[in-house]
Amino acid sequence: MAESTVKRRKRGMSRLERKNTLIAYSFLAPNFLGFAIFTLVPVVCAILLSFMEWNGGSISAIKWVGLDNFAEIFKVEKVAEKWAEGNYFYFFNRVDLGIALKNTVFYTVVTVPLTLVCSIALALALNKVKGAVAFRTVFFFPYVASMVAICVCWNFMLMKDGPINQMIMALGINFNKSWTADSTMAMWAIILVSVWRSMGYYMVIYLAALQGVPRELYEAATVDGANKWQQFLNVTLPQIKPTTFFCSIMLIIGCFKIYDTVAIMTEGSPGRATKMLVTYIYDVAFNQIKYGIASAISMVLLILVLIVTVIQFANEKKFANV
Amino acid sequence: MAQATVTGKQIRKDNAAMQLVGNVLLYVVLIGLAIFTLIPFVWMISSSLKLDQEVFQYSIRWIPEVCHWENYQLIWEKVPLLTYFKNTAFIAIVVTILQTLTSSFAAYAFAKLHFKGRDVLFLCYISTIAVPWQAYMLPQFIMMRSVGLYDTLWAMVALQAFSAFGVFLMRQFYQGIPTDLCEAARIDGLSEYGIWARIMPPLSKAAIATLVIFTFVGTWNDYMGPMIYLTQDANKTVQVGLRRFIQEYSSDYHLIMAASLVSLLPVSIVFLSLQKYFIEGIATSGLKG
Repeated sequence: MAESTVKRRKRGMSRLERKNTLIAYSFLAPNFLGFAIFTLVPVVCAILLSFMEWNGGSISAIKWVGLDNFAEIFKVEKVAEKWAEGNYFYFFNRVDLGIALKNTVFYTVVTVPLTLVCSIALALALNKVKGAVAFRTVFFFPYVASMVAICVCWNFMLMKDGPINQMIMALGINFNKSWTADSTMAMWAIILVSVWRSMGYYMVIYLAALQGVPRELYEAATVDGANKWQQFLNVTLPQIKPTTFFCSIMLIIGCFKIYDTVAIMTEGSPGRATKMLVTYIYDVAFNQIKYGIASAISMVLLILVLIVTVIQFANEKKFANV
Repeated sequence: MAQATVTGKQIRKDNAAMQLVGNVLLYVVLIGLAIFTLIPFVWMISSSLKLDQEVFQYSIRWIPEVCHWENYQLIWEKVPLLTYFKNTAFIAIVVTILQTLTSSFAAYAFAKLHFKGRDVLFLCYISTIAVPWQAYMLPQFIMMRSVGLYDTLWAMVALQAFSAFGVFLMRQFYQGIPTDLCEAARIDGLSEYGIWARIMPPLSKAAIATLVIFTFVGTWNDYMGPMIYLTQDANKTVQVGLRRFIQEYSSDYHLIMAASLVSLLPVSIVFLSLQKYFIEGIATSGLKG
C-alpha cells in the first residue's frame, strides 16, 4: 500500500518533470536551432574539412587526405631539407604559414602590452577627475566607429604628404614615406590604429576595477608613508591583477583574429610584411579556392586560441579567490 | 603650540598648491590625449569639406578656406549609398530583434528552469564562444551557398542572430534575479512564458540595453561577413559599400572622407544616446570575466 503511493508519486513527479523539460526545451529551441545550424555544424565541418581535399565544385570531389593538408601548409619536407642544410629559420622567413604566424605573434606581442599600459594610464587619470564622463566618451568613441572609416582615415593621415608625416618633419625627423608602403612601418601603422582603437574599451573595464579597490588600503599605505608611485605598485596593481589577466586574454585572442585593419589598410602588403593568419585563411579559401588547405590553417588559429582559453580557465579559479 | 598650528597651516597650504599643480598637469595631459584620440575624426571632417587637391596641401589647414558642403551631396550620386544604408539598417534591426528575443528566451531556461542536460548544453554554448568565427566561416559559407542564401541579406541575419554570446550575457544577468520572485509568480498561477514576458523584462533593462547596443553596433560595423557574402551592389552594406567607394574613387580623398563620416553617424547616435548602459555593460561583463 505504502509502496504503491510512493510509486504513484514518483510517476507523478516524472510527468511533471517531463512537462517542465518540454517547457524548457521550448524556451531553448529558437536560439538553439539557429545556433546548431549556423555555428555547431560548421565548427564540426571545419575540423573534418581540414583532413580533406576539396577545391570547390560538387561534393563528390571531396577526398580524404589525412594529414596531407597540414604537411602542405607547414611545408614539412622543404623545411626539413633546409633545416638539414643549417637554414633553421626557413619556416619563418619563406613559408607562408610561418610568415603569417610570425607577423601575427609579433603584432600580438607588441599590441597587447601597449594597449594595457595606455588603458591603465587613462583609467588612473580619469579615476578621480571632474568631467570624467566627457573624457570617457571621447576615449571610448573610436571603439564604436567602423573599421573601414577609421582605417581609411588613418591610411590617408599616414600617407607620404599626410598630416602625421608633416608633424614628424616639423620635429626635425626626416621621414617622408607612406607608412603603409614601407615594409617595417606598415606593421607599426596597424599596431598604432589597433592601440588607438581599443584603449578606450579596456579603460572602461579598468575604471570599474579601480572603483572596486578598497579605499582603506590607500589610507593604510599613506599612513605607512608610501608615495603615489609606491601606492600604485603595491596597492593598485595587485588589486587589479584579475582584471589585467582578463584583459590580456581578451586582447590576445582579439589580436590572433585580426583581419579588418589589415584588409583595409595594407592587404598584407608590402610583400608579405603584414600577412596575418586570418588574411592567409581568407586568401586560400576565397581566392585560391582550396577549402581543405584553408581549413587546415583555420585549425592552427583554433588551436592557438584554445591554448589561450585553457590558460584562462586554469587561472580563473585562482584569481577568483584573490 | 601656536607655532605648530602655523606650520600645520603652511603644510596644508603647500599640499593644496601641489595638488592644484598636479590637477592642472593632469588636465593638460588628458586634454592632449583627447586631442590625439579625436584627431582622425577632426581631420576627417576637415578633409570632407575641402577640394581633393587641398587635402594634402603642405602645412595642414584644419579649417578649410571655403567649406564645400556640396561634397556631401556628391557622394549619394557616385554610389548607391542610400541602398547600402537601407540594407545595413535592415540587417542590424532584424539581427538585434532576433538576437535579443531568442537569447533572452534561451537564457531564461538556462538560468531559471531545471531540466535534463542543462549543464551539458550550456557547456556546448560556452565552448563555441572560444572558437573564432574565422575558423569555421568557410564551412558556414559553403553551407549557406548550397541552400541558396549566398548574396542575400538573410545570410547576414542567419550568421549573426543566434550568437552564444547573447545567451551567455543574458544568463549571467538572469542569475542575479532572485529565484523566489519566479516561485511567487508560479504560485500566483503565472506560466513560465508569463514570467519571462512580465517579470523578467523590467528587472533586466540594463542587460537588454547592453545586448541591444552590442548587437546593433557589431552588426552595423561588421566588415568581413558582408564582404564574403554580399557581392551584388543592391545587397551591399555600408561597410563594404564604403570599401567599394574607396577602391573606385581612390584619389577623391575629400569624397571618401565625407562618405566615411556619414557611415559613422548612425552608430554614433545610438552610442551617444545609450552610452551609459553600454559602458556599464562592458564594465560588469569585464569584471565577471
